[in-house]
Amino acid sequence: MATVADDHHDHHDHHPTGLIRWITTTNHKDIGTLYLLFSFAMFLVGGAMAMVIRAELFQPGLQIVDPHFFNQMTTVHALVMVFGAVMPGMVGFANWMIPIMIGAPDMALPRLNNWSFWILPFAATLLLSSFLTAGGGPAAGWTLYAPLTIQGGMGVDLTIFAVHMLGISSVLGAINVIVTIFNMRAPGMDFMKMPLFVWTWLITAFLLIAVMPVFAGAVTMLLTDRHFGTAFFNPAGGGDPVLFQHIFWFFGHPEVYIMILPAFGIISAIIPTFSRKPLFGYTSMVLAVAGIAFLSFIVWAHHMFTVGMPLIGEVYFMYATMLIAVPTGVKVFNWVATMWRGSLTFETPMLFAIGVVVLFTIGGLSGLMLGITPADFQYHDTYFVVAHFHYVLFSGSVMAMMGGVYYWLPKWTGHMYDEKLGKLHFWLTTIFFNITFFPQHFLGLAGMPRRIPDYALQFTEFNVISSLGAFGLGVSQLLMAYIVYKCVKGGEKATDEVWDNPEGLEWTLPSPAPYHTFETPPVIK
Amino acid sequence: MSHAPGSYYLPNPSAWPIVGSIGLFTLLLGFVLFLHDGGTGPWLMVFGAAVTVFMLFGWFGTVARESESGLYNTEVGVSYRISMMWFIFSEVMFFGGFFGALLYIRQLSVPWLADTDLLWPGFTGGWPTAGPEGAVPIGPDTPISNPGQFSTIGAWGLPFWNTLILLTSSVTCTIAHHALKEDKRMKLIIWLAITVALGFIFLVLQGAEYMHAYQDLGLTLGTGVYGSTFFMLTGFHGAHVTIGAIVLLVILVRVLRGHFTPENHFAFEAGAWYWHFVDTVWVGLFIFVYIL
Amino acid sequence: MVRLNKAFTVSLSALIPLAVATPVFAEWGLNLPTPVTPIGEGILTLHNWILLICTIIFVGVFGVMFYSLYAHRKSKGHKPSQFSHSTFAEITWTVIPTLILIGMAIPSTAMLIKMEDTSEADLTVKITGYQWKWRYDYLDSGVQFYSNLSTDRNEILNKNEKGENYLLEVDNQVVLPIGKKIRFLITANDVIHSWWVPQLAVKKDAIPGFINEVWTKINEPGIYRGQCTELCGREHGFMPVVVKAVSVEEFDAWVAENAPAEEQAEETQSGVSGGQTLVAVSAISTEDGADDPAPAIR
Ligand code: HEA
Ligand code: HEA
Ligand code: CUA
Ligand SMILES: [Cu+2]
Repeated sequence: MATVADDHHDHHDHHPTGLIRWITTTNHKDIGTLYLLFSFAMFLVGGAMAMVIRAELFQPGLQIVDPHFFNQMTTVHALVMVFGAVMPGMVGFANWMIPIMIGAPDMALPRLNNWSFWILPFAATLLLSSFLTAGGGPAAGWTLYAPLTIQGGMGVDLTIFAVHMLGISSVLGAINVIVTIFNMRAPGMDFMKMPLFVWTWLITAFLLIAVMPVFAGAVTMLLTDRHFGTAFFNPAGGGDPVLFQHIFWFFGHPEVYIMILPAFGIISAIIPTFSRKPLFGYTSMVLAVAGIAFLSFIVWAHHMFTVGMPLIGEVYFMYATMLIAVPTGVKVFNWVATMWRGSLTFETPMLFAIGVVVLFTIGGLSGLMLGITPADFQYHDTYFVVAHFHYVLFSGSVMAMMGGVYYWLPKWTGHMYDEKLGKLHFWLTTIFFNITFFPQHFLGLAGMPRRIPDYALQFTEFNVISSLGAFGLGVSQLLMAYIVYKCVKGGEKATDEVWDNPEGLEWTLPSPAPYHTFETPPVIK
Repeated sequence: MSHAPGSYYLPNPSAWPIVGSIGLFTLLLGFVLFLHDGGTGPWLMVFGAAVTVFMLFGWFGTVARESESGLYNTEVGVSYRISMMWFIFSEVMFFGGFFGALLYIRQLSVPWLADTDLLWPGFTGGWPTAGPEGAVPIGPDTPISNPGQFSTIGAWGLPFWNTLILLTSSVTCTIAHHALKEDKRMKLIIWLAITVALGFIFLVLQGAEYMHAYQDLGLTLGTGVYGSTFFMLTGFHGAHVTIGAIVLLVILVRVLRGHFTPENHFAFEAGAWYWHFVDTVWVGLFIFVYIL
Repeated sequence: MVRLNKAFTVSLSALIPLAVATPVFAEWGLNLPTPVTPIGEGILTLHNWILLICTIIFVGVFGVMFYSLYAHRKSKGHKPSQFSHSTFAEITWTVIPTLILIGMAIPSTAMLIKMEDTSEADLTVKITGYQWKWRYDYLDSGVQFYSNLSTDRNEILNKNEKGENYLLEVDNQVVLPIGKKIRFLITANDVIHSWWVPQLAVKKDAIPGFINEVWTKINEPGIYRGQCTELCGREHGFMPVVVKAVSVEEFDAWVAENAPAEEQAEETQSGVSGGQTLVAVSAISTEDGADDPAPAIR
């Protein structure tokens, strides 16, 4: 597809070193690395909170935490995972790979890029510092529903402002991605030649710009309702608590696709490589992503079937939601067709990719069931929903990122990771993941509500299983930290191609990829 | 400096972003403390705001210097243009959220409340309203006689003049832009100055309107949903006018210093786009908040 | 022994995909609980069908994929073919899912229309959620009471042995007649709650300032337990719902016993509406969150 390698790094002399380098860097690879490290750190923090949740739910009765603290754990676990682990992780991949994949010298606005990252640690500090305040962290769920959030203490205000900062970061980062893709492609890199990962990110960036400001508006209304006497969510003043839910989910539903679309992009890069076959149905893949993105704007109220919408609203949102299965199905079928009659090998990235396709589909199918309004009346706000979204989020987004890390790690570090340990990590993760979350389907159907610190006795067995699985899952993730560390420190030298004849500009570069790449654009055939 | 003629300019490492983050962080933390009566709150806010402003001047100053010294090729200019467009789109969505809230409240939740006789006997809804337990609306522009009432600001008084002012300023801004393209400096300066002046006049009038609302009409941020939507929408718009006017003022200063060429004046264009955006939002406000 | 047995089934079923969740397993808590209302039966049937369809799709798609993983391995010396489109295949796998979805949408819509029809009710009960208890007002007879969790705090704190209905027992049960169409008017007084009884298949949010309507018609007498399902603060996990369904005669007797005297009934009925003060217009902000929830009535 393309050939060019370049490693002339003469005139980039006076670069600071040490901490200052990382703080002031304008290099997309540095910034990508920062994002990925931050994401992993947040994954551990959010994961640790999940461990608290699972430990409390290990047995009926109140054991280790107070219910109010439990609610804080649930809330902040989700906020940290969504805004700290998954979104920044995906931006990390975007930073590292997009310029390389389209043959650009860097992101279009490198200084802004630095700011997008460096807002994050401060936002995270703001969010986590809420635990130090008198009322503790936010405890109304990550959905921050009014009027419960109106009651909270200082922690809620810290959360609101953390959300503002995260929003700024996301919007600026998304603008950068869009500009880079529109304006920095190497000559000959037409839109329909771009790797699918670039496409998914282009569309994700659009979603981000469209919905993050709306979320910012929603929490701003919360803030003024809390402190400045407005009545947006207060019926006595003519407002409506449900209004908050509408605005939140107008953001929140596209948000879940923001988390999954780049994951689809990563999967679409990995599967062809290890099938030794081009991606099946490139055009329909692009169209499917665009279709999913479009639909994501018009289905939000499927999170609110029980609020008492008029019948017509329920019917409409049910139909629109169900439609999403069609473009997503196209993607799943295309992946399977890519593997079909290929020449398959099962290195760690491929294992993760296959795991994602299978497990994500379980989550997708349970999503479809949730989308059927009458049935959702039974599923809503139970562990069935919790199972659904961990299947799409953990075994969708997070496992796709893990696969992506193994896939590109040799390119990033110049070393091969330990394949044996990588495979072990995959199997431990997959097995423990299913032990943790599959039983939650049954819990939900049997009637266990979400967001409760204690439960009736009939739910005991499955909770025990789920908690044990979760502890295993947690410990298994430490293995990944070790594998990556070991790979950065040394290991077998990676070749430039790393894998067996993979497609994409990144493989035309030396391993590790030099600090500056494609300062003269590559020639795209 | 990684710059060769004809290639894309990639800036050196920069400390402005981290300064910005610190500024923002301190400002917001200060705000939280202020909301909860923390004594240090206001001080932190002032400090954070100062750092943020310092960052903005430093950062944009650097950009202006780089631009004036010819480091940017056309590609960089295109990047800035695209990013400005998408930034404005994000602002559109921000306002969209508030307009959506207004629409929802007027079309759905207030009528539903009015129907809920079991909880709110006697509440008939309608618009304007401050809700079943809020003040009672009396006709527009009528000074109230007791605290249980409020009155709204009619569209055809001050808001109408404000509409004219902003629309005119959009025109004058465009005239200035043409002058710049034709390299007519004096004309540019005059029309740009008029634009900025109109912007500030708008703000002063808007301020007067708020005073009138608070002092005579009993219309405040706390006047139920009417007050909430009214002040949040016009308030955020006003904040954006302020930013836009300051941006144009800075650009005026740069023009006076001889910056920009007929071909190369992205900062001016960005400011102008922003200004048109702010005007468009106002037209939406005038229709949905004042007239309807 | 029973427990072991259960544990065994549980771990077995964790291995077998969704397919096992047929009504047969309902006793094991793998599927929706046995419904006792027509709507509940409808939902269970719908649920079983969509679950079955999803399972078939899953098995079909991944049957193909795992066959490919097995048959097209490189280690077996499989040479890759290089095809990358097939218009026919792509159209097929767009159209067929669409048809399947339409097939699911039709019964679902019919179901929904039935659920939303609250007309011609025999009896109306107003349900109000509070932090953290429920209040019930029988609008026809004036019976009214609060319903609180009655599980001993020591059971929750693991000091006493947990009883059979741990967390699912209340001081005052909601008594309802069987075979009658009962309309619920659901609202809340502070934050959003949600009233749910799985076996009735009724779940509706209780939203302060607004009233949601929903109905049920219970087939058989019994005690049906549920919980609040919308996060409502610290004690959200501790505000159960217990419905006691009885014959019409028993119900009438219960009403007669609990209804207030005539003139009093009048008073309470009007009191129900007039006395409902909601969250005041001014902002509520308490320093330490759920420790000190804002007073609901101002
Ligand atoms: C990455 C995140 C992600 C993704 C991708 C999805 C994908 C989907 N989600 Fe999910 N969802 C969440 C994250 C996500 N969700 C979260 C976080 C929540 C909870 C939020 C909260 O309350 O805290 C939630 C909650 C949620 C609800 C609300 C439940 C409730 O609270 O009552 C609903 C209801 O409709 C829903 C539906 C769907 C649907 C229809 C899809 C579809 O996109 C799935 C499409 C995929 C498939 C269908 C599988 C593949 C297709 C085929 C193999 C083709 C053939 C198939 C058929 C013809 C059926 N989701
Ligand atoms: C991308 C998003 C994401 C991810 C990855 C996860 C990951 C996990 N989640 Fe997540 N979860 C959500 C998003 C996510 N979750 C959301 C949105 C909610 C809804 C919140 C709400 O209701 O408002 C939720 C809610 C939620 C609940 C329901 C809580 C409730 O309703 O009260 C539970 C319960 O089991 C749970 C468990 C887990 C577990 C066990 C993991 C595991 O996969 C985690 C595995 C990883 C680790 C465990 C890290 C490993 C590290 C260590 C073990 C070392 C310890 C480290 C230090 C001490 C520094 N989550
Ligand atoms: Cu009441 Cu949860
Ligand atoms: Cu959704």
